[in-house]
Amino acid sequence: MNTLILAQEEAINPVLPHTSEIILGLVSFLLLFFVIKKFVTPRFETLYAERAAKIEGGIEKAEQAQAQAQQALDEYRAQLAEARAEAARIRDDARIEGEQIITELRTKAQEESARIIAQGQTQLETQRAQIVAELRGELGRLAIDLADRVVGESLEDEVRRRGTVDRFLSELDGTSAPVAK
Amino acid sequence: MTTMVLAAGDEFVAPGVKDFFLPPIFGEVTKPMALLVLSIIIIGAFFIAATRNLKLVPGKFQFAAESVYDLGRNSIAREQIGAKDFKPFVPLILTVFTFILVNNLFGLIPIVQFPTMSHIGFPLAVSVLVIYPVYHFVGFKRHGFVGYLKHQTMPPGAPWYVLILLIPIEFFQKFVLNPLTLAIRVFAAMFAGHLLLLVFTLAGEYLLFSGGITVIVAPIAFAFAIALTFLEALIMVLQAYIFALLSANYIGAALAEEH
Repeated sequence: MNTLILAQEEAINPVLPHTSEIILGLVSFLLLFFVIKKFVTPRFETLYAERAAKIEGGIEKAEQAQAQAQQALDEYRAQLAEARAEAARIRDDARIEGEQIITELRTKAQEESARIIAQGQTQLETQRAQIVAELRGELGRLAIDLADRVVGESLEDEVRRRGTVDRFLSELDGTSAPVAK
Repeated sequence: MTTMVLAAGDEFVAPGVKDFFLPPIFGEVTKPMALLVLSIIIIGAFFIAATRNLKLVPGKFQFAAESVYDLGRNSIAREQIGAKDFKPFVPLILTVFTFILVNNLFGLIPIVQFPTMSHIGFPLAVSVLVIYPVYHFVGFKRHGFVGYLKHQTMPPGAPWYVLILLIPIEFFQKFVLNPLTLAIRVFAAMFAGHLLLLVFTLAGEYLLFSGGITVIVAPIAFAFAIALTFLEALIMVLQAYIFALLSANYIGAALAEEH
């Protein structure tokens, strides 16, 4: 190479390229470019695509899950609201029904008490009538008896008085005899 | 190295262009040539090993490879070309970025210590023979021949008297300057950076071994060399990033619907 010989003679211009170096530079560069284009870039790009797909897939999955959760929450909330409305309605119904039952029961009780009172009164009435009738009979009998006795006693008075004296005497006898003994 | 021998002599010989053109290692193969081939083997092996068994949840090694890939794909290609069209250009931008990056970083690796891109032939091959045809090709394909020329040289809304001035400038820039500046930018940065490192290292060495009182200044030269090494590291990465960014930018501009 004449350039090298020139170099030793200090007559070289570094700005002027050497043909051999240009050729070697180009060939080396293209060789490296070929290797990188053929092997390196496709591998990296496949990897990046895979990675992006994986990340995007993950994000999509997470979004799906979130949407599902949101839907479930909405559903749950709707159900809750419905259940609350239902409960309020049931409570109202129950109150109305309860009031109805109470008034019903009250009237029924009043009716019953009135009935019982009426029954008692009639019973009393009957008993009174019965007693009155009974007493009326008894009174007659007693009056007759009494009259009988008043009239009878005066007739028997003499006999009874006698009998009394006799009974007294006999009693006296009975008591003194055991004392003497 | 010739300079080393010379520097060890009585008189200090500043490093120059000749240090970038060392004699071939064997046959006609020079050091940058061998490094260039080594770089594509390193990059190719790294990516093939990293992508052999890709997992959805990356391990450490895969994560490192993905970070590099994402830088080329998302930060550079997608940002500059647009989310619609960037996919087919990802391998190109990634190749450009890693190719320039590894070859630049050779300048820092011990023993290797030579940024391949300081030989203008290599960046020129990439910019003029790859990037330049690619972005004009996709532009012509997208907009048609006349449509693309109009698209590239006539900014919409410019009045006719401005266009007279603008069309030649835009044409010159888009069709002549862009690929050249792209290559020269990285070449100049690497060339100058390597030269600076050589100056400080060789000067330090000279001061250290020349004898006399200059020995005490030698550490300063070495400290500068070390500081510059860190700066170089930043520049090397930055230049690779800029090269890839501008490549993507040209492609994006050629494909854009509006100017």
